[in-house]
Amino acid sequence: MLSSHEVLVPLLLTLKVAGWATLLATVAGVLIAFTIARFRFPGREILDAMMTLPMVMPPTVLGYYLLVLLGRRGPIGGWLEANLGISLIFTWQGAVIAAAIVALPLVYKGARAALEGVEPQFEQAARVLGKSETSVFLQVTLPLAWRGILAGAMLAFARAMGEFGATLMVAGSLPGRTQTLSIAVYEAVQAGKDDVANFLVIVTSVVCITILLASGRLLRPAAAA
Amino acid sequence: MRIDVDIRKTLRSNGREFVLDAKFICEDDRSVVFGPSGAGKSITLRAIAGLETPDHGRIAIAGKVLFDSSLGIDVPARDRSVAYLFQDYALFPHLSVVENIGFGLKPWWQRGLSADVMRRVDELLELFELRGLGRAFPVELSGGQRQRVALARALIRHPDVLLLDEPFAALDPLLRERMRDELLKTRSLFKVPMLVITHDPDDVAVLAESLVVMEQGRVGQTVDLKSSSYRDEEGHVNDRAIRALLVRGMDGKAQPLRSSIRAVK
Repeated sequence: MLSSHEVLVPLLLTLKVAGWATLLATVAGVLIAFTIARFRFPGREILDAMMTLPMVMPPTVLGYYLLVLLGRRGPIGGWLEANLGISLIFTWQGAVIAAAIVALPLVYKGARAALEGVEPQFEQAARVLGKSETSVFLQVTLPLAWRGILAGAMLAFARAMGEFGATLMVAGSLPGRTQTLSIAVYEAVQAGKDDVANFLVIVTSVVCITILLASGRLLRPAAAA
Repeated sequence: MRIDVDIRKTLRSNGREFVLDAKFICEDDRSVVFGPSGAGKSITLRAIAGLETPDHGRIAIAGKVLFDSSLGIDVPARDRSVAYLFQDYALFPHLSVVENIGFGLKPWWQRGLSADVMRRVDELLELFELRGLGRAFPVELSGGQRQRVALARALIRHPDVLLLDEPFAALDPLLRERMRDELLKTRSLFKVPMLVITHDPDDVAVLAESLVVMEQGRVGQTVDLKSSSYRDEEGHVNDRAIRALLVRGMDGKAQPLRSSIRAVK
């Protein structure tokens, strides 16, 4: 028999981690995409490459970098520990950061394409109509780009849900605390609990396929009219 | 209303250089800058609106300095109090006609239009014969309707000057004539001075009190079309005299302007 402990707990934890990771990745991804899409500055190409890096780097390598940065002796982790008494390693918040980094390229790419697709003329029209840059962004750019951004955010969510390598490095596999779905699948297979593994695999697949279909729908040209 | 323009800007693309050196003064309520495409008219108009920054020079409207490179003044477009009618109108595709017209008076934190703004939008809908189209979106409108929405959107803020970029180029020839008349009526109703850029001699004949001719980035003659040499006895515009003037081009020599003038019958 499947127990809620084995299925529901990792599922809810995964949704929580993926949700926060998506939020984080979307805010950061949209801001950076906007900066790169609209401004020319030195280091622009490097920033663009950096944003794409998590897509091609092995997640365990990313996880290791995060561990070094966020660990007790790392520059960020050490500062957090000394000044705020917070440690992110082996916590669900740590898993959020790992998942957010891995999901970032997806939302960044989607947002950049969407923002670059907005006709500059609409933004100029808004400026001549007396709008500040904040207003132009919120009243014109964002509403015209939201489909692409949302599609990117949904892909990021799907990616965050399936995150394994970096999460394991940073947050470990503590049942009920940091053991997300994909890690729980691994543990279940290792322990020979095939029924648990089967169920978790099906749940994960259904969620990911649904998200892909929905985001594809958002990006379909016909839906834009 | 006096518009002072004296700007220079060098543009480079694909190894080619374009030098804009535009200097003119418009003092009439209906001024037209005429020239073939590529003459630098658009960039000049955009510079007046604050959408383009000249390398050097000075721009002032009614004595208010909007740009002065030597004093380091560059008023942002949002504070210039000019209205700009884009060639294809640039209506916001995600907003209805009402939302487009009220856009300039709706702060971003506000959900809908305030009752006060709504009343003004309603008046403008009435005035521009757009009643019943308030909830329509730009894609559902005809070319003439789009232009009226764009005008209403531009005029709701009572700008100091109305800048128009090839306002009739996107319309059918028959509709053009009607929209020119409409524009003249609107202009006098709102008592707003306008500056039109165009490569269409008909625009010059119908709209202009004064004419600035531009070619290859430079400004030639400024002509007062109110003078009797361009009017018949009843004071109507003499189409032929104006056409002859335009064909002579910038230097006043009988030499066709590059490209667009040849398309004129």
